[in-house]
Amino acid sequence: MNLHAVGIVYRKELTEWLRDRRTLISTVVVPLLAFPLLITGVISLSSIMIGKAEKETSKVMIIDGEDSPQLLERLRKIENLEIVPYATNWRDQISNKEIRAAVEIPKGFQTALESSNAETIKIYFYQGELKSSFGANHVQDSLKDYRESVVKERLAAKNLPASVLSPFEIKQENVAPPEKVGGATFGSFIGYMVIILSMTGAIYPAIDLTAGEKERGTMETILSSPVARLDLVLGKFLLVFSASLTTAILSVISMGSSFYFLGRTHSMTSPNSPAMHINLGLTSVIAVFLMALPLAVLFAAVLMTVALFAKTYKEAQSYLTPMTFVVVIPAVASVMPGVELTPKLALIPILNTSLVCKEIITGTYHWNSIALIFASTCVYAVVAIFLAVKTFQRESVLFRS
Amino acid sequence: MIETRGLTKVFQDKKRGAIRAVDNVSFVCKPGQIYGLLGANGAGKTTTLRMLATILEPTGGTAVVCGHDVIEEPEKVRAEVGFLSTATALYPRLTSQELVEYFGRLNGLDEATLKKRVDDIFQRLDMDSFRDLRCDKLSTGMKQKTSIARTLVHDPQVMIFDEPTTGLDVMTARTIISFISECRQRGKTVIFSTHIMSEVERLCDQVGIIHDGKLLAEGTVPELRAKYNEHNIEEIIVKAIGPNQGKSEARS
Repeated sequence: MNLHAVGIVYRKELTEWLRDRRTLISTVVVPLLAFPLLITGVISLSSIMIGKAEKETSKVMIIDGEDSPQLLERLRKIENLEIVPYATNWRDQISNKEIRAAVEIPKGFQTALESSNAETIKIYFYQGELKSSFGANHVQDSLKDYRESVVKERLAAKNLPASVLSPFEIKQENVAPPEKVGGATFGSFIGYMVIILSMTGAIYPAIDLTAGEKERGTMETILSSPVARLDLVLGKFLLVFSASLTTAILSVISMGSSFYFLGRTHSMTSPNSPAMHINLGLTSVIAVFLMALPLAVLFAAVLMTVALFAKTYKEAQSYLTPMTFVVVIPAVASVMPGVELTPKLALIPILNTSLVCKEIITGTYHWNSIALIFASTCVYAVVAIFLAVKTFQRESVLFRS
Repeated sequence: MIETRGLTKVFQDKKRGAIRAVDNVSFVCKPGQIYGLLGANGAGKTTTLRMLATILEPTGGTAVVCGHDVIEEPEKVRAEVGFLSTATALYPRLTSQELVEYFGRLNGLDEATLKKRVDDIFQRLDMDSFRDLRCDKLSTGMKQKTSIARTLVHDPQVMIFDEPTTGLDVMTARTIISFISECRQRGKTVIFSTHIMSEVERLCDQVGIIHDGKLLAEGTVPELRAKYNEHNIEEIIVKAIGPNQGKSEARS
């Protein structure tokens, strides 16, 4: 191996890469903009939608209940609720979003309530429809209040205190430090993102430097130069690897700052909410990156090897797109609740790194597992580079017709 | 100097089995001479030239280029060779100068020598006006000049041209032809393949007619004219191929 030649190839590939709008967009622009836009976009949109739905005056229909005037009066007094006249097609009206809900009051409800034989009040609504759920919730909350007031009246009539219904309180309290809470909530997500993005960041350069070079007719040009195939592959590989790392680093910075600002905004509005406690240590994030390094090497080498079989950019894309699933499936599996790191799983590439990242983020360092996973992924990575070099030496692949 | 000894290349094809693209070809090409390799499409010309440039490895026999064996020392062979074909395209996102410098560096030139060499070549080929233009913005003629500059930057002793003028306009083709002629004047060993018979008459000191991978005839143009009793080179090729005519076309 001639490191000087590897450096020359790398520098040239880097120059071309920095001038390629397509790969720059996928490696730099998308990761930098995608998360802030996605996170702020989704959150602002959902808060606008929820706020709008909450403020809306829901049209609700009452079925029967003429013999229960007290209850009717109570329902009419609910804020943001408009009682509309009864119509037989109330089911269709709910489905067509003309009204949000319908309340069915059993016949003789008031009388039955006084004799403690009251039947069920039914609330009909459109499941999964936000505005219908809000309308139904308004009605349900009001009915619960009514039920509680009836209970209180009955207890008072029998001279019993309200505590007779709840003789003791139950409360859950978190004792885990904030970084562990943050880690459990977002840690697995960060490991997952680093893995997925190191893969996606490598796809375009891997294609461009192999199938792209064949398609443009420059493969024969470079092969006629005295550079050794090994040095050529390593120079190209280093560029794909750099692109992969750049994407992953930029994504985590972008994602981290988006969550940070989101957390700050959220803690200003609802300071007691634990869900937004994101306090990931820098050490953990660096450790995740270190664990992802051999995996990024593996991705870069495998993607280059596969893309080299293609004659055109388009053909290479059709080979590499299904490979995304090979990465996504184990990465997603690791995020599933209850999937824990075991010695067997520690040997499965991608899944092992994803699982150990989940642990690292929560501040748990099982050094034996970390060493095993790092070493095994390094072995896979070296094998992948070896395969890439061998593939570059196969005439049937380079000059496939 | 180029010397091929029983050079053979067999490709394995899933449907057609073993294909002998080049079959036991032996010839010698001396410094200061231009050797023309003639034949129909699929005759084995490109495969032969690719083996000489060490882009493909022979499956039988061998070739020695400037004292280096193509199988044993492919990198040393490539350092002595300038290879130009219609398939050797340019990197679109590099400028003309960057591209030539890149190949100069890959050939092991130090920065001072490289700068001097690049300046000389750019001046000689009248390329200064577009040295900072990206290759994807160059005209066909400019691209060909850049390709020539790429093959010259390391001052190789052997030049290999595979149908270098195919698809080019008259003016660009003239640039290439005069460049090939200049290589001979500078004492380089030149081998090239072509379909254009006027180029053969004008340039070649020695001609080899190849068909179905086999070298069927070899000699100077006057020698071949005398041997086949035919003045027209196209007719000479047809006579040399004889009853085998058409097999290569069908195969390619």
